[in-house]
Amino acid sequence: MSVLDSKVPEGPLKDKWTSYKDKINLVNPANKRLIDVIVVGTGLAGGSAAATLAELGYNVKAFAYQDSPRRAHSIAAQGGINAAKNYQGDGDSTYRLFYDTVKGGDYRSREANVYRLAEVSANIIDQCVAQGVPFARDYGGLLDNRSFGGVLVSRTFYAKGQTGQQLLLGAYSAMNRQIARGKIQMYNRHEMLDVVIVDGKARGIIARNLITGEIERHSAHAVVVASGGYGNVFFLSTNAMGSNVSAGWKIHKKGAFFANPCYTQIHPTCIPRSGDYQSKLTLMSESLRNDGRIWVPKNMEDVIAIREGRKKPTDLSEEERDYYLERRYPAFGNLVPRDVASRAAKERCDAGYGVNATGEAVYLDFASAIQRYGKEQAKIHGIANPSEAKIYELGQKIVEAKYGNLFQMYEKIVDENPYETPMMIYPAVHYTMGGVWVDYNLMTTVPGLYCIGEANFSDHGANRLGASALMQGLADGYFVLPYTIGDYLSDDIRTGKIPTDTPEFDAAEKEVKDRIDFFINNKGTKSVDYFHKKLGKVMWDKCGMSRNEQGLKEAMVEIKAIREEFWKEVSVPGGANEMNPELEKAGRVADFLELGELFAKDALTREESCGGHFREESAEESGPQKGEAKRNDKDFAFVSAWEYKGEPADAVLHKEELEFKDIELKQRSYK
Amino acid sequence: MSGKGMNLTLKIWRQKDAKSKGKMETYKVNDISEHMSFLEMMDVLNEQLIAEGQEPVAFDHDCREGICGMCSMYINGEAHGPDRGVTTCQLHMRMFKDGDTITIEPFRAAAFPVIKDLVVDRTSFERIQQAGGYISVNTSGNTQDANAIPISKHAADEAMDAATCIGCGACVATCKNSSAMLFVGAKVSQYALLPQGQVEAADRVKNMVAQMDLEGFGNCTNTGACEVECPKGISLDNIARMNRELIKASI
Amino acid sequence: MSGFLKSSIGRKVAMALSAFFLMFFLLQHFAINMLSVFSPETFNEVSYFMGNNPLVQYGLQPVLLFGVVFHFVMGFILELKNKKAQGVAYAKNNGAANSSWVSRNMIYTGVAILLFMIFHFNDFWVPEIVEKYVEGKSQVGKDFHAHVVHMFENPIRVGVYVLAFVFLALHLMHGFTSAFQSVGGTAGRKKTLQNIGKAYSIIIPLGFVIIAIYHHFNH
Repeated sequence: MSVLDSKVPEGPLKDKWTSYKDKINLVNPANKRLIDVIVVGTGLAGGSAAATLAELGYNVKAFAYQDSPRRAHSIAAQGGINAAKNYQGDGDSTYRLFYDTVKGGDYRSREANVYRLAEVSANIIDQCVAQGVPFARDYGGLLDNRSFGGVLVSRTFYAKGQTGQQLLLGAYSAMNRQIARGKIQMYNRHEMLDVVIVDGKARGIIARNLITGEIERHSAHAVVVASGGYGNVFFLSTNAMGSNVSAGWKIHKKGAFFANPCYTQIHPTCIPRSGDYQSKLTLMSESLRNDGRIWVPKNMEDVIAIREGRKKPTDLSEEERDYYLERRYPAFGNLVPRDVASRAAKERCDAGYGVNATGEAVYLDFASAIQRYGKEQAKIHGIANPSEAKIYELGQKIVEAKYGNLFQMYEKIVDENPYETPMMIYPAVHYTMGGVWVDYNLMTTVPGLYCIGEANFSDHGANRLGASALMQGLADGYFVLPYTIGDYLSDDIRTGKIPTDTPEFDAAEKEVKDRIDFFINNKGTKSVDYFHKKLGKVMWDKCGMSRNEQGLKEAMVEIKAIREEFWKEVSVPGGANEMNPELEKAGRVADFLELGELFAKDALTREESCGGHFREESAEESGPQKGEAKRNDKDFAFVSAWEYKGEPADAVLHKEELEFKDIELKQRSYK
Repeated sequence: MSGKGMNLTLKIWRQKDAKSKGKMETYKVNDISEHMSFLEMMDVLNEQLIAEGQEPVAFDHDCREGICGMCSMYINGEAHGPDRGVTTCQLHMRMFKDGDTITIEPFRAAAFPVIKDLVVDRTSFERIQQAGGYISVNTSGNTQDANAIPISKHAADEAMDAATCIGCGACVATCKNSSAMLFVGAKVSQYALLPQGQVEAADRVKNMVAQMDLEGFGNCTNTGACEVECPKGISLDNIARMNRELIKASI
Repeated sequence: MSGFLKSSIGRKVAMALSAFFLMFFLLQHFAINMLSVFSPETFNEVSYFMGNNPLVQYGLQPVLLFGVVFHFVMGFILELKNKKAQGVAYAKNNGAANSSWVSRNMIYTGVAILLFMIFHFNDFWVPEIVEKYVEGKSQVGKDFHAHVVHMFENPIRVGVYVLAFVFLALHLMHGFTSAFQSVGGTAGRKKTLQNIGKAYSIIIPLGFVIIAIYHHFNH
C-alpha cells in the first residue's frame, strides 16, 4: 500500500462530492473566530480562497509579493473560463466537461477531482456575475459563449481578451470587502520564505517584508499555498517575471510531495525570441489558429534568402510553402491541440527551416483567411467581379474585427504589420500541470498544509485544455477548499493562538536568515540572471518539447553543476535590510536550480509520452500514427509524487495509481 | 548584432529608501537593440551596474505584457513614455534613437511616496478599493443563475471598458493635480453600469470618493491628460459618470 | 449635503455651478453692451434699469458678487490643495504631449482676469456705487453711453481690455466644457459641447473686444 492516500470518497462518481460535503465536519461560527489561516499567493485560487475563508469567519492572513493582490499573474489569462452551463443548448453537461478534461489531460489526472471541478464550474459563473464581472453578452442581454481548442461545444465564458483580469478583479473585490471588515489582513510586498511545522502540522510561515527586508513570523492553524506555476524554471516563459516555485519548493523540502514536475505545457502561438536580452515571451491567443495557417518554406534556399532579407515570405508561391500541420494532420490541420502543434513547429525548426535570425520561428499566415472572408463579403454585398484590392479590403475588415487587438499587440512588439506580412510565432513555456501533490481535500502530505490552483499537481493531468486554468483556480478557492479545510480545522477549535516564540519558529527563521546572509556576503562574480539563463537553456534544450534518456541524464548533471557554481559564484549587491530585488531573485533561482533537477529526473523516470511530456523513445514506430506520442497505460497510469531526501537526485518516488472507472482509456489521434 | 545598436544616456532618479533624499544620476548604455522593450534595456543597465559592483536600479515590473499594472516610470516627461496605449513594459526602444538622453523618474504624487529608486507605494489605491470597490455578495456560489438578470450588451460592454483599468497609476502620475479620479471613476462606473451594482451605488461612490480625498489625491480640473496617457484608454466619461453618481447620491 | 461640499467632487461641482452662473452673466453683459453699439438710447434705458431696479441692485447684484468671489476663492483653494497633492516636482515633464496649454494654466488666465476685474470695477462699478450710494445722486436721464465712449478714448485702456479678453477667451476655451464635465453632463455629447464651447469662448470675448475698439474709433 502506497503512503499516498488520495482520500477519494466512496460511492458513484456523480454523488461523491455531494455526499462527502454532507458528512464533512464543520466548525461553528463562534469557533471560526478563534482560528487563523494563512494564504500565500493571491491570484485566482489564493484570492478567492482568502475571501471565502474570511467570509466564513476565519481570520485570514494573505500574502502577495506584488504591491496588490490584483497583480497576480492570473490577470494575464486571455481566452476565457469553461463552465458546464449548457446555455447554448449544444449538449454540454457536467459529464462532458469532465470527460473532455480527463481526455485532454491524456488520462493522467484523478477522476474524482476532475468530476468535482466540472460539477462546481457552473457556480463559478453565477458567483462572478453576482460580483459584477462584466462577461461578454449577446444582444438579448444574456451571456455569450465561445468555443475553444479540442472540444465539441461552446462553453467558454469570456470578457474580451481579458478574462483572467476580470475574474481576478472579482476575487480581489471580494477580498477588499473582507479586508475592510478586518477579516483579512493583507500583507502586500511580502514573500514567504519557509513554512513552520510544529508537531507534524503546518503552523505558520516565515516571510520577508520586501520593503524593509524584515524577517517576520506568522502563525496559523493551517497554511494554504496558492503560489502559481513554475514555468520560469525555463527562464523564458509566458509567466510573470516574479512567478516562482519557492513557496511550493519550501513546503516540498518540509515534507510535501511534489507531483509530476515534468508535465509542462508549451504553448504553440507565442511571439518568438528576438535576441539574447529577451526577458519574457508573450502569448498570442490560441484563437488565432482558427483562421491562421502555419507554414515554413519548402526549400532551404528560400529559408536562407528570407533570413538574409533577400526574399519576403509573401514572395513565395503556394508550391514553395510547407503547411506542415495540414500536411501531417489532415483531419485537424492547424487546430491540433497545443502539445502537438508545438512539437511540429520544433520539428521543422530543428530541421533548419526556422524563418527568423534565431532560426526559431514559423509563419502564421492570414492571407488565405483574408481572401476567403473577402470573397464571402463581396457575395454578401452583391459585388460582382470584385477587384483583388476590394476583396482584400473586405477580408481585412473581418479579420480585424475578430483579432484586431491581438494584431495590434503583435505590431507593437514586433513592429511588423501582420495584415501585410505573416506573423512569426514559436512555442513557449506557458503552464505547469505538475505541482505539489494533494489529496481530494487539497491537503498536501503535511497535515494542515494545503495547496491550490496551478501550484498543486491539479486536475489537468499531462496536458491542460484552454480556458480550464481559470476554472480550476476559482473552483479550488471559492468552492472546494473552504469546505474541506473545515474538516481539518474542526479538531483545532480548542488549540488557541499558535505562539511564534517556539523553537520551531526559531529554527525556521534562522535557516532563512542564514541563507540571506550567505547571499549578501558571498562575493561572487556573476549575477543571478546569469545562472537563471544558463539553467533555462539546459531546461529548454533537454527538458523542453521533446525529451530523451540521454538528454535528461545530461540535464541532471548539468543542472547540478550550475547549482554548485551558483552557490560559489553568485553575486548579490545591496543589503539584507532594504528593498533588494536581486536578493529576491537569488532566493527564487536557488530553488529553481533544485526543482530543475527533479524535473529532469521525473521526465527520465516517465518512460512514456503523454500530453506535454514527449519521450522520443516512446513514439509510434509504424502505421498511420508513425512518429506520434505513445502513451503506456499499463506501466505509467500513475501520479509520480516525489519525496524530498536532500539532493534532488535522491528524491524518492511514490506512485498514486490512477483508476478510471467511468472513462475508457483511448489514444488521442488527430490525423 | 554588435555595433548596430543605440548608445544612450540615461538620467535616472536614485533614492535609497523612503526617508532618504534622492537625486538624478547619469548612466550610459551601449549597443541597445531597437527590438528591446524599455524594461529589457533597464535589465541591460542593471547587469552592467552589477558587473561594476554598483547597486542596480530598483523598478516595479512583473507580467511584462501590459496587464498587471506593476510597471510605472515617468519617461521623458510622460507616464509610460512617449508611445500611446502601452505600459512601460510594452514600450519598445525603437521609439528612441541613437544618442538620445532619456530621463527616467518615478511616478510622482504625494499619495505615491517613493519606496526606492523608481518604485513607489501605490497602496492608497488599495484603500480606495477597500472603501467600496466591491459588491457585497458572499462567495458561497448560492447566488441566482448568471442569466437571471439580462444586461444589455451596450451596458455590459461599457462596464467592461471601465473595468479594463489595470491600476497602474499613470493617470495620477501624469495629472498636474495628482488626481486619482480616472482610476476611481472607472471603478465606480463599472458597478454603476451593472444592475448588480445598483443596490450599494450611493454608499459606494460616497465612500470611495471620501477615501480618495483622505489619501491626499488632488482634484480634477478636466485637463484630460489622464485619458491620453492611460495605457488602457479609460475614457474621461467615467469621471463625468462618477461626478453624476456623487451628485445623485448626495441629494 | 455638507459632506458633499467638503468632498473634492462637491467642490468641483460648486466651481462648475458658479462658472455656469458667470458664463450666463457674461452673456447678458455682452447683450447689453452690444446695445451701446446699435442703440445708445436703449443702452441708456437698460443701464438705468440695471443700476436702479431694487430687485437687480439688492437681489441679483449680491448674488453676482458672491458668485465672482466664490469662483475665485474656490479656484485658489483648489489650486493650493492640488499643489499639495503633487509631491516632488518632475525633473522633466512634457505636459504638452497630453493636454492643452489652456487646460493646464487656468489659474494664470484666472488671475489675469481677476486683475482685470479690479481694473474694470475701478473704471465703472466703483464710480457708480459712489455716485448712487455715497453721493446720493439721482441717475435719472444719465447718459451712460457717453460715459462708456469717454472711457474708451484712452488707447491704453483699450489695449488692457483687449488683452484681458484674450485671457478670458483662453479661460473659457477650457472652462466651458470643463464645467459640463464636472457636473457629469458630457456623456454622449462631448463633441457638441466642445464645439459650442469653442464658439462661445471666441464669439463673446471677440464681441467685447469689437465693442471697445468701436467706441475708441467712434467718439
